[in-house]
Amino acid sequence: MNSIIEDIRATARQLLTDGKVDVVIGYEKGSLPLSATPCFVRSPQDTDKLIWDETCENNLAAFSTLTQGKKAIIAKGCDSRALVVLLQENQLVRDDLYIIGVSCQGVINKKKIEAETGEILEASINPGKITVKGMECDKEFTFAELKDASCQTCRYPNPVLEDIHIGGLIEVAQQAAVFADVTEMENKTDAERQAYFKEQMSKCIRCYACRNACPLCYCKECFVDCNSPKWLTGGVDSAENLFFQAGRVLHLAGRCVECGACSRACPQDVDIRALNRKMSKDVFNMYHHESGISVEGSGALNEYSADDPEAFLVKE
Amino acid sequence: MKISKEKFGQAFDALAADYQIIAPVSEAGGVNYLAVKSFSEVKQDYLNSKLPPKSFLFPQHEKLLTYKKEGKDVTVKTELQVEKSVLFGIRPCDAKAMLLLDKVFKNDEYRDPYYYERRDNSVVIGQACNKISPSCFCSSMGISPASSEGSDIFLIDLGDSYQVEVITEKGKALMAGLQELSELSADEQALVDTIKSAQTSSKVDVATITAKLDKMFDSPFWDSLHEKCLSCNACTFSCPTCHCFDISEEVHKNEGSRVRTWDGCMAPLFTLHGSGHNPRDKKKARWRQRMMHKFNYFVHNNGDIACVGCGRCIKSCPVNLDIRQVIDGVNNAELVVD
Repeated sequence: MNSIIEDIRATARQLLTDGKVDVVIGYEKGSLPLSATPCFVRSPQDTDKLIWDETCENNLAAFSTLTQGKKAIIAKGCDSRALVVLLQENQLVRDDLYIIGVSCQGVINKKKIEAETGEILEASINPGKITVKGMECDKEFTFAELKDASCQTCRYPNPVLEDIHIGGLIEVAQQAAVFADVTEMENKTDAERQAYFKEQMSKCIRCYACRNACPLCYCKECFVDCNSPKWLTGGVDSAENLFFQAGRVLHLAGRCVECGACSRACPQDVDIRALNRKMSKDVFNMYHHESGISVEGSGALNEYSADDPEAFLVKE
Repeated sequence: MKISKEKFGQAFDALAADYQIIAPVSEAGGVNYLAVKSFSEVKQDYLNSKLPPKSFLFPQHEKLLTYKKEGKDVTVKTELQVEKSVLFGIRPCDAKAMLLLDKVFKNDEYRDPYYYERRDNSVVIGQACNKISPSCFCSSMGISPASSEGSDIFLIDLGDSYQVEVITEKGKALMAGLQELSELSADEQALVDTIKSAQTSSKVDVATITAKLDKMFDSPFWDSLHEKCLSCNACTFSCPTCHCFDISEEVHKNEGSRVRTWDGCMAPLFTLHGSGHNPRDKKKARWRQRMMHKFNYFVHNNGDIACVGCGRCIKSCPVNLDIRQVIDGVNNAELVVD
């Protein structure tokens, strides 16, 4: 990873020195063990604070629409897919965007560590291994054990759209989309599924970290914030929370790039991904569509055709 | 004085007949404060709850009153139902936070009946932190992992027993039934001393922050601080002292209710006026509000900083925007001279 970060810094430095961009959106070291934090670099001398490793878990595309001016953005595969969707939906101007593509091995899910070691006191990353000193115990993990769920099913570790590629490419072992996790959920009885989601949704505090971490939740007014009509109350219970989460997922149908930023952002560890994955599977099966793969296409549900065979289409 | 956990548990279970007991419980999302019936449900060994116990006094969503219109008659009903309660296992940070919430909801000028009734009918059994999280910084905020401020009764966990300190008359009344107190052994006294002298490893300097912020409303410091903030309310909703709320009407046909819901300064909807105007429509203004409210306005209005160093906002932030670094940033910010 060391040469990768040097190349990222050099690229960022050059872009800022040449005045090609006003800001480079990347990651710097965070304040907690095994954490990175988004950073906005505006001068060449600040580029040395940029980092790149398995802790860079935020989807920086979420900042692309909020940041003024010409921007370079460090993009993993999923980040680049989100940028593609944002471009398809005319939320970004391609000429104002410089994508520094980096292939991604996946990111660490710290919750998996904390479940075993308690709160993380210190940690170090060595190739393939993560050594943790925890509140309860010390443990060495392999990276594979700690990989976030969304990275385990990821088929696009290499950026799909980029202006420069840093480092090597990652070979994708998995050819066809696999939805084993969704099938497992589908195979549960209705009562089991209901109980599962009831428990998950009871944890939600409606802080909207999931929505705001999502690069594709850019509505100026989210349906949950709308008070006329008032779709749901401020009540925080399983039913209202599910209504919010399900509504959000449906709005992401054919748009979600499965980066998992929503689940990782959740301070309450709600399994939001279970809903997203089911929706992705349905879209994949019904439309043979995966979102954000190419700028040329558009979202599965974003197209209108007068030849649409569906009877409900009103024709003149 | 100490009491064995066995004896304490029996007294606890007996209390459950007369009191609603809110205590730390291990659930799917982590440890949280919930109503329990038995001491066996109480989670003993944990760092701090994921969410603070404030929702017991100040629920996230609360019906203040309901109304119904029938013909020309309108009936209005207040919804306040208060039970005598014991808040058990309250950490020093959260007990202190309740004292801060008191300044907002039950001060000399104004008494919020909903908060006040619950607060007045509850007894706080505090408990020292035997373990301290690396993101805790209460020692910098005028308390410590074993301070009894805000507790009516204060416990220190000694393994098989608790050291018991009765702090207030309220606590004394609750303890009246407990006859099984005994003296601490020398080893236990040493353990108590160790726990009492412990400090958080993480520290911030707030000695001059209020005066500094007096001069920082227009500081360029606010220009970049907020940039990575996602404008969610993970921090404010997990904060034991944040108390902003919104009052709205939830009406269906001829009946409805007036509800109070937590609001949070990080969200764009915060302070949005009915006219569409929003005095804090930018993240910059909202982050300034968060820092100013906690470390400046609250001090001027109520004499205390509205942060207790529990570290929950640090752990819950999805982008690792760490309030300790923001405090450092304020301390180090250069003042702009006109």
